[in-house]
Amino acid sequence: MKEIVVISGKGGTGKTSLTASFAYLGGKDVIVADCDVDAADMHLLMQPDFADEDDFYSGELAHINQYDCIQCGKCKEVCRFDAIPIIKGKYIVDPLSCEGCGYCARVCPIDAITNKDLNVGKWYISNIKTGSMMVHAKLGIGADNSGKLVAKVKSEAKDIAEEERKDIAIVDGSPGVGCPVVSSLSGASFVVLVTEPSVSGYHDLKRVYELVKKFNIKAGCIINKYDINKKVTAEIVEFLKKENIVHIANLPYDEDFTRAMTNGQTIVEYSDNHLKDLITDSWNKIKRSVN
Amino acid sequence: MKIAIASGKGGTGKTTLSTNLASFLAEEHEVVLTDLDVEEPNSGLFIEADLVREKDKFKMVPEWSADECILCGNCQKVCNFHAVIQLGEMIMVFPELCHGCYACSELCPTSSLPMIPKKMGVLKHFRNGNLNFVESRLDIGEEQAVPLIKQTHKYIDQQFDDNFIRIFDSPPGTSCPVIEATKDADYIILVTEPTPFGLHDLKLAVETMKELKKEFGVVINRFGIGNDDVLAYCNEEQIKVLAKIPNSRRIAELYSQGRLIYKEIPEVRAELEKMKDLIMGKMKEVVK
Amino acid sequence: MKIAFTTKGTNWSSAMDPRFGRTEYFLIYDDEKDELSHYDNRDSANDAHGAGPKTAQKLFEFSPNILITGNGPGGNAATVLEKTGVKIFIGAGEMTVKEAYEAFKGDTLKKL
Repeated sequence: MKEIVVISGKGGTGKTSLTASFAYLGGKDVIVADCDVDAADMHLLMQPDFADEDDFYSGELAHINQYDCIQCGKCKEVCRFDAIPIIKGKYIVDPLSCEGCGYCARVCPIDAITNKDLNVGKWYISNIKTGSMMVHAKLGIGADNSGKLVAKVKSEAKDIAEEERKDIAIVDGSPGVGCPVVSSLSGASFVVLVTEPSVSGYHDLKRVYELVKKFNIKAGCIINKYDINKKVTAEIVEFLKKENIVHIANLPYDEDFTRAMTNGQTIVEYSDNHLKDLITDSWNKIKRSVN
Repeated sequence: MKIAIASGKGGTGKTTLSTNLASFLAEEHEVVLTDLDVEEPNSGLFIEADLVREKDKFKMVPEWSADECILCGNCQKVCNFHAVIQLGEMIMVFPELCHGCYACSELCPTSSLPMIPKKMGVLKHFRNGNLNFVESRLDIGEEQAVPLIKQTHKYIDQQFDDNFIRIFDSPPGTSCPVIEATKDADYIILVTEPTPFGLHDLKLAVETMKELKKEFGVVINRFGIGNDDVLAYCNEEQIKVLAKIPNSRRIAELYSQGRLIYKEIPEVRAELEKMKDLIMGKMKEVVK
Repeated sequence: MKIAFTTKGTNWSSAMDPRFGRTEYFLIYDDEKDELSHYDNRDSANDAHGAGPKTAQKLFEFSPNILITGNGPGGNAATVLEKTGVKIFIGAGEMTVKEAYEAFKGDTLKKL
């Protein structure tokens, strides 16, 4: 089983639309994992049935048992995050400020504080319109995506892939360069970098590629909207050459990206033009690079 | 007056709006624009201004001193973030994973882990006439955005009083850094696109703002593409639509070159004009 | 010589786990005694952040000379492993443990 991870560093480059198109082209042989849980939008194109769901816990949150509390104030004293204000004479944990470090619980003289696992959202296993399955998640407000959640979504997807004997898992990776994207990349067979030729797009591409390099994963790149700035496109192409990254395709600026999404469809379903051919070629190229 | 510009997902035009709005308002008023997207600050690509001040920003992390250490392993045990690891006769600290809770340091029986300042990023302050621009950038590998956002807020509070229109470009999403970036704002502008992805992420952002009990309005970027669902949702929820930035390839091109769009596209200037009236109204409420 | 593998099971025919920080198990093979032992690392699934350094610390306690894994450890784990002096071989993510061992013997794995 091969794992293909699609990442972009920056938002708005068309990463999710392309991942969904690849999932559609792969059909029932491809399991889908949406690890972009901060902006989990892939389900809007995949018609998931939310067949299975479960709570997800990540990190911890201090909880003060008011019945036992003797109001000594030690917890408040040691807390560096101002997360234990006194409200109406009681020491109360502010869930938005608490980092779950557990220091307060360690200094409480009567053990009135426990760290509780923090429920940060739900994760789902769904049947989707491609005839395959998808693992996805929804985070609660103020909850951070974490390496743990990404690892969970990915490992569920892999388990299903192995049980159902699917060849490929395709992962919509996390944004940025932090822990979630590290977890997205871990274990990948191939990485697809989606970028756009803007000053910020190129900058973010270079940053996220530093991570990919650390993991020694083979990578390819799609330059979306290549024609809005041919000068930057040329610079990106040069960069790909230098780093030995497969240049998968240049895609033109095309509002079919948005029109397809508005229809709840992937681009390859909606569009019957040059763009569809380019994306289909890209998918074939990716499959070849993986094997 | 503090205005935060936020969005549920990345790439909706948050930075485009922040930089254009700030430059436009600065034609007549004193403005400070702050980029709080500390992982990827790129407002600076659109602003031409002179550097006024550059400051390294630090966070406190433990540093191991071997002399008195009895290798009891308590530090490793109390760290919930695996930022302190005992490796045989050595203690290793991972500053990027450290949240700065001080537990390992203060609970060490031999005081072998004193807290020391470690650089986590850089704050830069630029100025061009009425427009001040402040950006903070996390060093690569640093994971903790919140401490840097806090320190940046502090800098703004010290340097600029209520007579400045203070605009904050927030990180995308609905997680801790966004909450840290928006919680002190007097007014929030949510940027979205008229597409299913835009609507889905807008709803999450709206929920967050309601939870924080913030007054907010919506700006629709790339208006004209997609469908009317975002407008319908705003009507239904009685959310004010502050402006509609038209969809155009020309805008995408200007953006890709790092240029301000309102200077070349009159419709955008007209939309910003509308927002100015609202902002000046709010300003009077806050200053009085 | 002790050789450590990141794996999804506890015997020679188990699949390798391409991940380091969140690997399910370690298998440790001592080729002098011809002994195979394992360590259950499934707890690492519970770590929101920092799984890499923690797993590296656990591995250190077994003092292996060689580590065979898939993609190679990420930044923080790599820093710890560097201190332990273990030699790291990568590219065995899609093999069984036995195949990985043979690939190592045949010198076909990439050394970091």
